[in-house]
Amino acid sequence: MAFDITRLVAYGVVLVAVAYPLGLYMARVFAGEPTWLTPVLAPVERLVYRAAGIDPGTEMPWNVYAISVLLFNFACFVILYLLLRTQGLLPWNPTAAPGMGPDLAFNTAVSFVTNTNWQAYAAETGASHLAQMAGLTWQNFISAATGISVAIALIRGLTRREAREVGNFWVDLTRSWLYILVPVCIVLALVFVYQGVPQTLAGRVDVKTVEGAVQSLRVGPIASQEAIKVLGTNGGGFFNANSSHPFENPTPLTDFLQVLAILAIPAGLTFTFGTMASNARQGLVVLSAMMVLFAISVGVMYGFEAAGNPNLTAAGADQVASATQAGGNMEGKEVRFGIEGSALYASVTTAASSGAMDGSISSMTPMSGGMAMLNIALGEVVFGGVGAGLYGMLVFAILAVFIAGLMVGRTPEFLGKKIGPKEMKLAMFAVLALEAGVLVLSAIGVVAPAGLAGRLNMGPHGLSEILYAFCSGVGNNGSAFAGLHAGSLFYTVTVGIGMLIGRYLFIVPVLAIAGSMAAKKQVPPSAGTFPTDTPLFAGLLVGVVVIVGALTFFPVFALGPILEQLLMHAGRLF
Amino acid sequence: MRRYVFASVRMAIVTMVLLGVIYPLTVTGLAQAAFPRQAGGSLVTAGGRVVGSALIGQTFTSPRYFHGRPSAAGTGYDPATSGASNLGPTSSALAASVKERAAAAIDENPGLTIGAVPVDMVTASGSGLDPDITVANARAQAARVAQARRMTENEVDSIIDLHAIGRQFGWLGEPRVNVLTLNLELDAR
Repeated sequence: MAFDITRLVAYGVVLVAVAYPLGLYMARVFAGEPTWLTPVLAPVERLVYRAAGIDPGTEMPWNVYAISVLLFNFACFVILYLLLRTQGLLPWNPTAAPGMGPDLAFNTAVSFVTNTNWQAYAAETGASHLAQMAGLTWQNFISAATGISVAIALIRGLTRREAREVGNFWVDLTRSWLYILVPVCIVLALVFVYQGVPQTLAGRVDVKTVEGAVQSLRVGPIASQEAIKVLGTNGGGFFNANSSHPFENPTPLTDFLQVLAILAIPAGLTFTFGTMASNARQGLVVLSAMMVLFAISVGVMYGFEAAGNPNLTAAGADQVASATQAGGNMEGKEVRFGIEGSALYASVTTAASSGAMDGSISSMTPMSGGMAMLNIALGEVVFGGVGAGLYGMLVFAILAVFIAGLMVGRTPEFLGKKIGPKEMKLAMFAVLALEAGVLVLSAIGVVAPAGLAGRLNMGPHGLSEILYAFCSGVGNNGSAFAGLHAGSLFYTVTVGIGMLIGRYLFIVPVLAIAGSMAAKKQVPPSAGTFPTDTPLFAGLLVGVVVIVGALTFFPVFALGPILEQLLMHAGRLF
Repeated sequence: MRRYVFASVRMAIVTMVLLGVIYPLTVTGLAQAAFPRQAGGSLVTAGGRVVGSALIGQTFTSPRYFHGRPSAAGTGYDPATSGASNLGPTSSALAASVKERAAAAIDENPGLTIGAVPVDMVTASGSGLDPDITVANARAQAARVAQARRMTENEVDSIIDLHAIGRQFGWLGEPRVNVLTLNLELDAR
């Protein structure tokens, strides 16, 4: 146990050590300053602009930026939808996957365009290599690059003075994938292959096992997708079992690199923010607020998983950790990762809006599953998705400034700019859209017969399955209490709508805030200014995130995970 | 507006070619050149034929072999339908199957008693393809394997120790035993 805890602490240290240089590098990239990759990549960048017919020299006001984001994402959605519908007729389909039906193709296309990567399709048999590469891998890059671009636009809006423009979306998008995502992914993918992740255009290898049975191994271009799956906080795996599949995540080293890659950019962007705001402490405040919430989550999950499930003990299993086994609740977990690796992964993947997972979240103890759900329900701001986490947390920072202003009678200001009623309305709209989306859709899910019919587990766990699906969809996370029958018409459509709400009803107000803040004057700090770069503000920020989330979700959490934990200890089965 | 639509469609196509085709093919080329064995799926040969992948578990039923964990992938270790049981902690189906597996394990393995069954022996893995078992699980099966192979339990234990995989770099992950390589080693003796 002491060993596990040192590893968890070491993870936090390594994360910050990686995020810091990455964050400074990203600040240079988006400021257009030369980096050590510029000599190689600048010609490619120019080529992309020319091929797409883009003028990289003109910046956009917020509304043009937002329209470009929406139109571009819509174009990607249409192309991906058509690709998924017709994959059966197209080449690179070694396992003869048929074209997806309209509702499944809609769900999957929305899922990958919005950075959710909810997998309602059967990955092994339902997606061709062409769809996995030219469709899903492509959108893994694009949805991540879109998120980073919006975050950068918001930072510009907050830090520019009396400006009309917030940046050029095409330039931000291209630099995101070209200078940040692709270089890291090539290295990461090769390390994954070295550790055992397949990378081939073949589709299956039929072998005769030692005992003479036929086993049809599934291979493919896995490592290239795996790298961006984690780095872009996407989470949509090559296989149904995601990162618990030994071909996606073969060793403890790949597991460690995956959790590191998932949080590297979201954590790094806090340093980018500090640099672009010319106030390193401001970035640290955001990072430490995230770190506090994250540490709580890891602690809760590790503790409850290591303690195990009393029902397994009652059935005759030994869950006590010893020199020869890690013990704990091993249902749905892989031996090579054990309790510590699985609890860390579950925290990382739900804190970030990744949704990749190296085990079954549904089979975790109720409080761990509930913690995973809470991470998502808090608005995906505990690091959050690439870009999405930072712009989400900055929206909460604006709320925190306002609440602090109300409490102590000071003018709400953030980075030297007055927060007015317009920004407050936009921030509240964004937060409420997320929470209303989750609660309304879940309410429909628990009353509609088609929603109830999708459950695998009964009792409070069944409620958790439905609630988790909509948290995950609206939060653009993509992980699941995977017993739920996500491929049914009801869930493909409702979760698809949830993913659209969570992505675009947040992005548009965020960009509107960026535009409105960019136009403001910067006022020098006065005695009436509430400083936002102090530990006090970090504490306040944590408080606001927790209170908003708790007030919204506590009632239904009490009926799901909390009730189930109590019933589990009472030995009640469903 | 038309300008933005054209720009969006052109950017979509350009990025699709670069990120969806050229990137994965480049990685495939590099991977095949640098690590051909892993890139092809880490296949294992025995007796002149491919018997599986070192990374993917397979079904063993004979008492002469160590058995892997229970699997929720299809009818067991089916790579076409990887996945977990996803049964919740208060599921009666989970409790019943753990009880049944524990009873079967005690029945098969001399010396194993109720309450001492290693938890990984009676729970399904996340992927349904877990290639490993814990050292405790392997030890619990040693007596049965020794009997079936007319070896002493000490001999089998020493083979387990020889094949136990420690933490990576002495630090990451959990100690474990790869079931396929362990069984191939037994066959080779």
